[in-house]
Amino acid sequence: MTRAIAPALRPTTADNRLSGRPEFDAIAAWIEHGAQVLDLGCGDGSLLRYLREGRRAMGYGIEIDDANVLASVRNGVNVLQSNLESGLAGFESGSFDYVILSQTLQAVRHTEQIIGEMLRVGRQAIVTFPNFGYWGHRLQILRGRMPVSPTLPYQWYDTPNVHLFTLRDFEAFCADHGIRILERVVMNQGRVVSILPNLLGSLAVYRFNRGPQP
Amino acid sequence: MNAPESIGVVIARKAQFDRPVRLRSGAVIDRYELAYETYGRINQKRDNAVLVCHALNASHHVAGIYGDNPPNVGWWDNLVGPWKPVDTNRFFVVGVNNLGGCHGSTGPASIDPATGRPWGADFPVVTVEDWVQTQAQLADHLGIERFAVVMGGSLGAMQALQWTMSFPDRIRHALVIAAAPKLSAQNIAFNEVARQAIMTDPDFHGGDFYAHNVVPRRGLRLARMIGHITYLSDDAMAEKFGRALRNGALKFNFDAEFEIESYLRYQGDKFSDYFDANTYLRITKALDYFDPAADYGGDLTKALARAKAAFLVVSFTSDWRFSPARSREILKALVDNRLDVSYAEIDAPHGHDTFLMDDQRYHNLIRAYLDNVDIG
Repeated sequence: MTRAIAPALRPTTADNRLSGRPEFDAIAAWIEHGAQVLDLGCGDGSLLRYLREGRRAMGYGIEIDDANVLASVRNGVNVLQSNLESGLAGFESGSFDYVILSQTLQAVRHTEQIIGEMLRVGRQAIVTFPNFGYWGHRLQILRGRMPVSPTLPYQWYDTPNVHLFTLRDFEAFCADHGIRILERVVMNQGRVVSILPNLLGSLAVYRFNRGPQP
Repeated sequence: MNAPESIGVVIARKAQFDRPVRLRSGAVIDRYELAYETYGRINQKRDNAVLVCHALNASHHVAGIYGDNPPNVGWWDNLVGPWKPVDTNRFFVVGVNNLGGCHGSTGPASIDPATGRPWGADFPVVTVEDWVQTQAQLADHLGIERFAVVMGGSLGAMQALQWTMSFPDRIRHALVIAAAPKLSAQNIAFNEVARQAIMTDPDFHGGDFYAHNVVPRRGLRLARMIGHITYLSDDAMAEKFGRALRNGALKFNFDAEFEIESYLRYQGDKFSDYFDANTYLRITKALDYFDPAADYGGDLTKALARAKAAFLVVSFTSDWRFSPARSREILKALVDNRLDVSYAEIDAPHGHDTFLMDDQRYHNLIRAYLDNVDIG
């Protein structure tokens, strides 16, 4: 039986190429106490555990990979094995406070569909993704090579990423799709970047909802 | 870590209950016995008890062997024992033969004290709810106020699910494996074929075959054969038997020529040697009747609104009897109620019966889940 794979890029305990922590803090800062969250592509469940311990958040992770499902169970968080690409059919509309997609959007094939589902099920959505427009990435492109960095830690031939994009690309996408960006945090090496974010930031964190209908 | 070993020699016990039990059908059984086994030790806080519910043909003999019959290994011995996923060094595990069974608990073959003869056809139809009620009586008998875990596969999983609704305060975790929230028409159809096979056997005598000193063996064989087909996947059968012939060449007669025929006949024969026909009828009825959502307009979310337990739900991709989609129905109701639940869909080829097998991904998952169950 073949299953479409939406690999999670979230670090597992065995994979420390991404520290993960700074974005966790950014996300946690937005989430009120006791919120109900759905974490798509939850990896080993670290973020859910962090939100439960830090924000008393209750929620579920969705994960396709067997090893990550096992790691999440070990981590004591709720994980539901399912393929994100087939949507969130089991979840009622507007039933979660936040639907989070952390370090996974660039690896999802049907971008519009998954963002649409996040905004259907969640009152708000949060995504984090590596900024392809980061100067270090641009420099590697100028030198004629695909970028490899702490936020894009894969070679061109083994990357699970299928859609690489920049902050400006994402914001244009939101504008085109009637999505209202509520807040944005851009980071590099764990520090918040406030000037020239599309050039100096390697990791973006966005909070958004469905904008007012025209 | 030591290599997991069987728990070794175990002893079956019986508990006697003199308080009448009113069944879902309205029938009352004045007194009854339940056969059970326990493994491991109850701890000081009495919070480490695990109830293992059996499915169609199994019993209270979950793990270990009997001193006088070493080949009789418990049906879930690969899962339950010292250092195994259900670790008897940590947990106090209880196996019970359900009411209406034929492995030592009061059932159709038992003597009805009112008549001095076997119950036979007069033994009431029992349901999953009835089993859970009587299992709770056994828990009282053993001094278990609250189970750390109630678990089972298939029909056993339905009992674990029912526990969370019947006794929400007496169960902390439910392991619901290869389950369905109710049978489909196709599931019921297979059960009806099995029942018809038994009831139309001339040796059935309307259920009172004990008096005639016969057993409706042909009916039981057929019932088991049809059941077995539904427990295995097409792929598993193809891999295990294919079109292999027992004697290499076609014989142009109706002997068991293909290996699959021989296998089914063997399974049927073995089953008809030990299983009670009246018990089989009742267990398939219990399956057919299980539908906790029925009292809530078909809304499983409402049925599970009173549940408090945390859940682990597991399905197997090749299970066509209770497919992953059926487990996802349960999952949705649990998530709608914001209950703690994890769900795994194990990509294993063996069909429904995978829940009995030693699959590493499956066993690792159960081990990981149970390691996080607080005890002591």
